[in-house]
Amino acid sequence: MARRSSRSLISRYGADTAFMTFVALLMAFLYVPIWVLITFSFSSSRSLTWPIPGFTLDWYRKLFANADLQTAVWNSFYVATFATLLALMVGVAAAMALHRYDFPGKTLFRRLILLPITLPGIVTGISMLNMFSLFGFPLSLETVIFGHATALLGVVVTQVYARLQRLPRSLAEASGDLGATPLRTFLYVTLPNLRSAIIGAGLLSFVLSFDEIPVTFFLTGRDNTLPMYIYSTMRRGVTPEINAVGTLIVLASLVLIVISVVVTRDKRS
Amino acid sequence: MTLLRRHLAGVLVLGIPLAWIVIFMLVPYAIIGTYSFWTKTYPTFQPDFQFGNYATLFTDPQYLQVLLRTLKISALVSVASLALAYPFAYWLVFRCRSAGVRTWLYMAVIAPLWVSYLLRAYIWKTILGTEGILNSFLMWAGFTDAPSDIFLYNQFAMILTLTYIFIPFMVMPIYTALERIPPNLAEASADLGQTPWQTFRKVTLPLSTPGIAAGFTLTFCLSFGDFIAPFLVGGPDGNLIAGVIQTQFGSALNWPLGSALSIVMLVIVLSIVSLSDRLERSSRIGAH
Repeated sequence: MARRSSRSLISRYGADTAFMTFVALLMAFLYVPIWVLITFSFSSSRSLTWPIPGFTLDWYRKLFANADLQTAVWNSFYVATFATLLALMVGVAAAMALHRYDFPGKTLFRRLILLPITLPGIVTGISMLNMFSLFGFPLSLETVIFGHATALLGVVVTQVYARLQRLPRSLAEASGDLGATPLRTFLYVTLPNLRSAIIGAGLLSFVLSFDEIPVTFFLTGRDNTLPMYIYSTMRRGVTPEINAVGTLIVLASLVLIVISVVVTRDKRS
Repeated sequence: MTLLRRHLAGVLVLGIPLAWIVIFMLVPYAIIGTYSFWTKTYPTFQPDFQFGNYATLFTDPQYLQVLLRTLKISALVSVASLALAYPFAYWLVFRCRSAGVRTWLYMAVIAPLWVSYLLRAYIWKTILGTEGILNSFLMWAGFTDAPSDIFLYNQFAMILTLTYIFIPFMVMPIYTALERIPPNLAEASADLGQTPWQTFRKVTLPLSTPGIAAGFTLTFCLSFGDFIAPFLVGGPDGNLIAGVIQTQFGSALNWPLGSALSIVMLVIVLSIVSLSDRLERSSRIGAH
């Protein structure tokens, strides 16, 4: 008996070590490439060779002098802001509809609105491109906004709907019993309770829109968003400037992650 | 008045998303659906109703090959993600004793989703390329004498990159599914004399199937429709179906064929989603 338990202790210890090693390797797989990106943004050599010959900030200096890049960043901010706002407006309404009402075709409605999460962006992009060109709508940043909002609806609906389901129904009922109209109940009872879910969904939508290529690729006119600009630079070859932009993007993402963690945590207490 | 207001709220709440779905999804899908039956008469297209475009897709080896290759690559990416994500999620939920470590590691796997998708594809191009970091590292360390081109522009590079990009989508649903399993089930199973492996196979694994199905659906569909990463790291034999669609709407200027391909993609994604929906529902019914 004693021998058996000691053997199981050893096998358990072995399993733990194996798992730890595996987790460490997985983390290395996920994060070593990101460190490589950051490291090479400071490399003084134009080619990406190891070891790094020297340290420089030239690539960053070049970025800040690059007018095309700055326009692209500005365009991305414009697109991501309005796409997020639209996706939030439509998405919160859709989540409310799914939560509150029963109507014929509800399953189909839910499935359609969640479809763009799994549907490759290229289908959204191509089909909307065809529609816009059929109806004689010129392609612009605004058509990109509609494309992004459509692609992001599912993200907003999933997050807001999940929160709605955790809200006790009695809150809205109490508000109704006290004579509040549905609109007032929504504005003063439901919406404040959804606040962190909406902010979280909004941040995620913003990041995804800021980063989006497949839909943008087909729906943009002459204007470039940041990822489109980076993509077209990449096609010409690999440069440390891309690493420098990339490092700044990683930094910005980090800030947004921290914000989203803080925002979604304050509700839990 | 109140009745009208109540009605109005309902109309708005349901009407706005409904209108959005119709205008920006159903109408566009209907349009490409229509185009897919048109004929290409260089340099434009003619309204028609014929199945020639679909026939081309399934008989011309050029397209069939790409379709099969895309299915193969997405399946391999999903399997690779599953192989990495499942043990990780399992360890986090059942073996990791510190709640803090659990939260941090989970966040660490999800966080890359917030970092540009394009960058995550590009990084592997810089690592694996002939003049890339891996080659110069191997030469610096004395493993090789000359840079090798075996790392980039092949299907392995594509699978590696896509797995790297989409693995968070596998971890999230599996983690959620495993977290929902009450720990006393495993205890009960152990009390009944089952070994940990038997418990895993007969209790944990079946209960986590919905998570696996959801993760598989996401990683499969996302890699199935990707054309950026394959372009960056895939090389000549890395042309996937989305790349072909892009060409039809670009240089090849064959919108009817491109539309037919998009419809095929739409149908494949829809079937996978409804299959995984059904699987999830049946396992939920089985659990109760």
